[in-house]
Amino acid sequence: MSALPSTRPASDAGAAGSGFAGYGHVLHEGEVDVSHRVILYLDGVSVSFDGFRALNDLSLAIDDGELRCVIGPNGAGKTTMMDVITGRTRPDEGRVFFGQTIDLLRMNESAIARGGIGRKFQKPTVFEQHTVWENLELALKGDRRWWRSLSWRTTLDEARRIDELLATVQLEDEAHRTAGMLAHGQKQRLEIGILLAQEPRLLLLDEPVAGMTDEETERLADLLVALEGRQSIVVVEHDMAFVARIAKRVTVLHEGGVLAEGTLDEVRANEAVVEVYLGR
Amino acid sequence: MNALADLVAAPTRLVAPPRPSLFSRTGWAVLAAATAVNCVLVPLAALALPADSPFALSAYWLTLGGRIMCYALAAVALDLVWGYCGVLSLGHGLYFALGGYAMGMYLMRQIGRDGVYGSDLPDFMVFLDWKSLPWFWQGSDSFLWALAMIVLVPGVVAFVFGWFAFRSRVKGVYLSIITQAFTYAAMLLFFRNDTGFGGNNGFTDFKRILGFPIAAIETRVVLFVLTGIALAAGLVACRAIVRSKLGRVVSAIRDAETRVRFTGYDPLPYKLFVWTVSAVLCGIAGALYVPQVGIINPSEMAPAQSIEMVIWVAMGGRGTLAGPVAGAAIVSGAKSYFTAAFPEFWLFFLGALFVAVTLFLPRGVAGLFARRER
Repeated sequence: MSALPSTRPASDAGAAGSGFAGYGHVLHEGEVDVSHRVILYLDGVSVSFDGFRALNDLSLAIDDGELRCVIGPNGAGKTTMMDVITGRTRPDEGRVFFGQTIDLLRMNESAIARGGIGRKFQKPTVFEQHTVWENLELALKGDRRWWRSLSWRTTLDEARRIDELLATVQLEDEAHRTAGMLAHGQKQRLEIGILLAQEPRLLLLDEPVAGMTDEETERLADLLVALEGRQSIVVVEHDMAFVARIAKRVTVLHEGGVLAEGTLDEVRANEAVVEVYLGR
Repeated sequence: MNALADLVAAPTRLVAPPRPSLFSRTGWAVLAAATAVNCVLVPLAALALPADSPFALSAYWLTLGGRIMCYALAAVALDLVWGYCGVLSLGHGLYFALGGYAMGMYLMRQIGRDGVYGSDLPDFMVFLDWKSLPWFWQGSDSFLWALAMIVLVPGVVAFVFGWFAFRSRVKGVYLSIITQAFTYAAMLLFFRNDTGFGGNNGFTDFKRILGFPIAAIETRVVLFVLTGIALAAGLVACRAIVRSKLGRVVSAIRDAETRVRFTGYDPLPYKLFVWTVSAVLCGIAGALYVPQVGIINPSEMAPAQSIEMVIWVAMGGRGTLAGPVAGAAIVSGAKSYFTAAFPEFWLFFLGALFVAVTLFLPRGVAGLFARRER
């Protein structure tokens, strides 16, 4: 841990020093620098609520393109961790970086989302009064400035893109239904569609298969595996069968810190994990 | 997305939704018919028909109709923020009154030396023994200045209020209470004589507007027609806003503000935009109201006035824009009838109307005409 990544994404990155990261490439504002492979980096993050330490010196690194599962008993700090990454909760201590250069602690929720981090909530959160199609249209990557939206028209390319997304989350037949009328599992899928529409570099999924049928779960697993390598994904999940299906690396959280990390088999074999989580 | 497309067995098909026009066919027809009545039939009925004709419009009806249309415009403006943005303002009377005061200042200056004291200063200033116009009355003798103030004063006040309120993420009932407190504070301020707006009595005894006698039937017809045009234009403008992508973002903020943030939109400018537009429309309604009614005083800022606006919107159907027009017409029409015919029963009637609408028309009067859910 020598020189810290500079928060200035300018050409003086080379002066920051360690290794070759700074040499030979110029970063543009807002671009995610993954020259060290790491896309998300949490360092010594602590959060307290009224004396309760929800996160306790949590350090975690997610590689670019990685699909990571985070498991842990209730109250281990999984959702708080997502809140910190997405700007909803400010940590008391620690640093959170997106790529080498983007300091997430200086940004608000919408700026972080524009920067390329998409988040799915535990309770599916979609725009209930809008149609499925409009939900995806609003989420589509594009200009978010208010005056542009006054005269904004969906182009044919964007319409195609929405249709692709509808097919991806299998909601073609529901396209013109109001999202509030969808079944729980359909809402889950729509929310994933909303996330994909933003084309994020990093997806954070909080219990994505809760309330889904087995078939829907199966398909989501396929989708996540297909996305691996192109988008980085962090999944918080209780459904161990689902985790087993998709996970390469698993992080176990306990009492706000990392208890163990490794493949699912390694984690399962870990004494401490067995003690606190798998129960014995 | 090629790898994703591979996952999909069927080829994708285009299901882009149709982009409907601002109003339905019927909607446009009603709007066109109303505009024709407003611009042709009303002037004819008021000016060309002999006074004893059953279709002749008297000054009383012109004033009543004009007043109701001002209320309707204010109701449309309130519906824009409440129905579409989910911000329940209990203080829109403030913006209505500010627009009214901006117009009232001009009308006071138009009195000239015809006031009771025959002075160049408005009567209330003579009464307070002021020797010259305060700085904020400079320019008020110009109609163009008055027009600018009608838009700018409510707009700037709403912008500043909204900026602080929305930036601090004040929401729901807390925001409603603050809007109410804000208009109440403004009312107390305007009640003071020293504030320089006529105190308790406000402005009244107007003589003319742009040199034309304000009580003449011709002037009233022109004001009526202008009010009708302003109402139609306000309705079309609000409809255009809610039908745009901005409107969809705004209603998404109403339903799931967190999701909007996490989709990369900053809600602040979106909320501020509709909030400010709403206040400006309300100010325009107030400015048209004052010359027709002939008085503006701080009671327009009373909390009860703002709550009555909310009742118009609720009665007409929240989030429909056209509904609040009907709501304002029904409630204020019934009010002017009942307070004259059965003054002691008006509040009972209002209560009964409210109960009936809540029970039988949860989506307001507009719910009667709404088509089946998509």
